[in-house]
Amino acid sequence: MSIQFKSITELRGMLDEKLISASELTQETLKLAKKYQELNCFVTMNEEVAIKKASTITSDDKTSSWLEGIPLAQKDLFCTEGLRTTCSSKILADFIPPYTATAVKKLEDAGSITIGKTNMDEFAMGSSNETSFFGNVHNPWQKGYVPGGSSGGSAAAVAAGIVPAATGTDTGGSIRQPAAHCGITGLKPTYGRVSRWGMIAFASSLDQAGPLARTAEDCAILLNSMSGYDIKDTTSLNSDVPNFLTNLNQPINGIKIGIIKEFYLGELDSEVQARFEESKKTYEKLGAQFVEVSLPNISASVPTYYSIAPAECSSNLSRFDGVRFGHRAENTNDLNDLFIKSRSEGFGDEVKRRILIGTYALSAGYYDAYYKKAQQVRRLIKNDFDNVFKSVDFLMTPTSPNTAFKFGSKGTQNPVELYLEDLFTISSNLAGLPAISIPHGQVNSLPVGLQLIGNFLKEDQLLNTAHLFQKNSEFHLAQPKLEDFS
Amino acid sequence: MSWETVIGLETHVQLSTKTKLFSRASTSFGASPNTNVNLVDCGLPGVLPSINKEAFYKAIRFGMAIDAQINQTSIFDRKNYFYADLPKGYQITQMDLPIVLGGSIEIVSEESVKTINITRAHLEEDAGKSIHDEYDGFSAIDLNRAGTPLLEIVSEPEISSAKEAVAYMKAMHRLVTYLDVSDGNMAEGSLRCDANVSIRKKGDKELGTRTEIKNINSFKFIEKAINFEIKRQIKALENGEKVTQETRLYDSSKDETRPMRSKEFANDYRYFPEPDLLPVVISDEEMQKIKDEFPELPNEKEIRYQKQFELSAYDAQIIASSKSMADFFESTTKQTKNYSLLSNWLIGEVSAYLNKELIEINESKLNVDNLAMLINRIDDQTISGKIGKAIFEEMCINGASPDEIIESQGLKQISDDGAIEEIIDTVIKDNSAQVEAYLGGKDKLFGFFVGQVMQLTQGKANPAAVNAILKEKLKK
Repeated sequence: MSIQFKSITELRGMLDEKLISASELTQETLKLAKKYQELNCFVTMNEEVAIKKASTITSDDKTSSWLEGIPLAQKDLFCTEGLRTTCSSKILADFIPPYTATAVKKLEDAGSITIGKTNMDEFAMGSSNETSFFGNVHNPWQKGYVPGGSSGGSAAAVAAGIVPAATGTDTGGSIRQPAAHCGITGLKPTYGRVSRWGMIAFASSLDQAGPLARTAEDCAILLNSMSGYDIKDTTSLNSDVPNFLTNLNQPINGIKIGIIKEFYLGELDSEVQARFEESKKTYEKLGAQFVEVSLPNISASVPTYYSIAPAECSSNLSRFDGVRFGHRAENTNDLNDLFIKSRSEGFGDEVKRRILIGTYALSAGYYDAYYKKAQQVRRLIKNDFDNVFKSVDFLMTPTSPNTAFKFGSKGTQNPVELYLEDLFTISSNLAGLPAISIPHGQVNSLPVGLQLIGNFLKEDQLLNTAHLFQKNSEFHLAQPKLEDFS
Repeated sequence: MSWETVIGLETHVQLSTKTKLFSRASTSFGASPNTNVNLVDCGLPGVLPSINKEAFYKAIRFGMAIDAQINQTSIFDRKNYFYADLPKGYQITQMDLPIVLGGSIEIVSEESVKTINITRAHLEEDAGKSIHDEYDGFSAIDLNRAGTPLLEIVSEPEISSAKEAVAYMKAMHRLVTYLDVSDGNMAEGSLRCDANVSIRKKGDKELGTRTEIKNINSFKFIEKAINFEIKRQIKALENGEKVTQETRLYDSSKDETRPMRSKEFANDYRYFPEPDLLPVVISDEEMQKIKDEFPELPNEKEIRYQKQFELSAYDAQIIASSKSMADFFESTTKQTKNYSLLSNWLIGEVSAYLNKELIEINESKLNVDNLAMLINRIDDQTISGKIGKAIFEEMCINGASPDEIIESQGLKQISDDGAIEEIIDTVIKDNSAQVEAYLGGKDKLFGFFVGQVMQLTQGKANPAAVNAILKEKLKK
C-alpha cells in the first residue's frame, strides 16, 4: 500500500488499523526519499536511528499520541543530538550537535520519527533555497524551479509526498512562502509560541518555528506538540496552549476578514488576483465578511525588516569563528587571520552580504539612522495591526506576489528583487503575529498560496478558518506528478 | 609646574553566585579547564541565555548599600567583538539602563576622608581566559570563567591620587564582602579594576587626556601602576609631548605600564539590545525581601560585639572593619571563651602578619580551630604568651595545629613549682655576685634573674610562677 501523499491523519488510521507497521512506514518513507533524491530535499538522512526507533513501536501499542510512529523531516537549522546539523552552510558542514532543539525534542517525545534533515537557504537567508551550500532544491511541481525558501527542502519533501509533515522556521516568510510555492500548508505561529532553544538563530526577534504539512489539520497536530513555554527560552510565551486539533470545525459565519489597502493587489498578476477573488467567494459562502482596512505603515515592512534582521544576524553569526566548532581555515598566521579566513571560506555570498548590511546598520554613527529607526517603525507597524484587529478577525493576502520561478532568474543581479518576494509575509514577523499559508489553486501549473494573518496567539482560529477552507475545496489534495524526478 | 591628578575607577566585582549569570554552570574557582562549561557558556549554535536572579539580588543589595537608584527593569545589550575567549562573539552587558544608578561611597586614606560618587553599576558576563604560553605553537582557551556574573561599578572622576584609589578599592572590598555580594578574592580575580588616569595643571577646569590601565588586581599594583602612569604623563607633558588616549597594561615585573596592542581591543562594539532576553523585572516584593534580608553592616557588628563579647569600642571597631576578620572572630568564639585574649591576638599578631603579607585572613593558612586552640593553651597556661607567638609564626607558615607544635618541640610551659624552684636555686647558686648586689639594693637586677630562668627553660617557665618564687627566694 502506497504511503506517498498521505496526511498524518490518514497514516494514523493506517497504523491504528494495522494496515502498516511503524517500521514499514519508516522504511517506505526512506525509500521514497531515496527515490526522489534528485529533488535534493535532504542534507542528511537519519536512516539507522529512524529504523531503530520505528522498530520499538509495536502494533500492539494502544497509543493516544497522533504522532506515534509518524515519520517527519526536520529543517536542518534545528540542532539534533548526534545528527549532523549544517544550516546548509559550509561553516557547519561537519557539525554534530550534542543536544536537540526543544521543538524537535517535543515532536520526537510524542513518538514521531525523524527521518532526516532538510535542505534550506544558508542560515535561512533567502527566499528560493538557492543559497544552500548543498545545492538547489527543485520544486516538485516543476523541475528547475525553486521551491521557495528558506524552508525549501521541508516544503518540497512534503509536497512530493515523502513525509506527511516537516518542521520549518519563519523569519520573514520562510515557512509560508515555500508552502505556497509547493502547494502545501504552512503555519508561522505567534512569536514565542514555540521555543527557539536549539534553533540556530538568524534574527532572534523574528525567528519562529512552525509546521509544514498537507493540511491545516496536520499543522494543528504538529503545533499541539511543538508549542509551550520553555524555561530555556526566556522569550517563549508562558501562556496556555489550547488543543488546536479539537478546536477545528467551529463555524465562522459572521467573522470579518480585512483586505489590506496598501498592498495594491490590483497591480498583481491577473491570474494571482483571480485566485484571490475565488477564495474570497469561498469564505463568503462560509459566512465571512470582507472589509478593506488600512495599515498605513505596512509599506515600510521590507526596508524595516532588512535593517533589523541583518543587524541581529551579524551578531548571531559572530560565534562561527573557527575557534570552538565549525569550519576552521588552515595555515593562518594569527587569531585575526583565523577569524577572517574561516569566516570568508565558510559563509556563502548572501550570508556575507547580510552580515555586512547588519554590521553597517549597527555601527557607531549609523545605529540611530538604521537599526533604531527600524525598531521605531516596527513599533508603528505593530500598532497598525493592533488597531486593525479591533475591527477584523483576520487579514487575508496572497502569500507571495507570484508563483515559483526558475533557478537563477531572480536576485542574481539585484538582491532586492528577491527580497520583495517576502512583501506580504514579512509584516507578521515584525509584529510577532501568527499567519498561515494554504494552497488555493494554480497559475501556469504552479501552486499559489493564500495567507491568513491572525491576532496574537490566535492560531486556534487561524487553523480552524484554514481547515474550513480545505473542507470546502480540494486544492490541498493536488499532487505533483514527479515524472522528472524518479 | 604644579600638576593635579584625576582618576576614575571601573571596578569589576565577581558576584558570589553559585551559577553563572545566563546559564546553570557552576562558578567555582580552580576547577579543571573547561569543566564548568555547559552548552550556553561555549556559545553553541542554537543556545539561549536564561536569567540567574540571584545575581540581580546581589547587585541590588550593593545599590541599596550605596544609596543608589535601583532600576527594577533591567535591559541587556550585546557588546560585539571578536576574541577567542569570547564564545558568542559578543558579551551580554547593560548599556543604556544599568541596574544601579548613582550613589556614593566613603573613603579614608592617609591623605583625606572623602565621598566618591558612583556613576553607575551594571551587570555583565565575564569572558573566558586565553592562555598563550603553556602550549608551544598554540593558545589555549579555558571557558570556566565565561558567563560568570560581574558587577561593573563606575566611579566619577573624583579620585585625586594613587593612595586615594587604593582607599577606594579597600572601601569597595569591605563593602562587597560585607554585603556578601562577592568573596572579594583579588588573587582569584573576584575584584579587579581599570583605572582611568589623567593629569592637568592645577586649577584647570578641563580634564586632560586620559589613559586606561586595564585589569589591576591587587592594592599594591593599583598604587604602583597609577603612580607610574602619573609620572609618565607629567614627564610627557613637561617635555612638550602629548598624552595619547589609549589602553595600557601594568607589568608588575617591570613596574611599568605599556600600551596594549591595538588589536586587543576593538573600538566599535556595535551595541544593541539583546533580542534573546526580555526585560528582567524585579518586583516590589522582591525589593522588600532584599531589604529584609540585608546583612549586618560593620557599625551594627561593632555595637553587638561590645555587648555580646564585652570587647572595647576600639577592639570591636577593628575586628568589625573586615568581613573576613569578623567572620573569623565569631567562628573562633564558639571554641574559646577568652574573648578579650582572642581580640588582642587578632588585632595584634594576626593583623600584623596579614598586613605584612597583604592578604585577608581567609587567604592565609590560619584556621579557626588552630587559633582557638592557641588561645585556649595560653588561657589554660599550657604555654606562655611569648611561646604562643613562636607557635603562631609556625602556624602561619605550615598551618600546623598548636598542640602538634607544642608536642613536637616540647614547648609545654613549666608551671610545676618544684621544678621552677630547682632551676631558681641553680640560678642563685651560679650568680652569687649578682645576688649580693641585689640584696644590697640593686632592685633592677630582678629582671636579670628572670631572664636566666627563662634561658635555662627555653622560655617555657610560667612567668608568674617564676616571679613569685624568685621574690620569695631572694628575700632570704
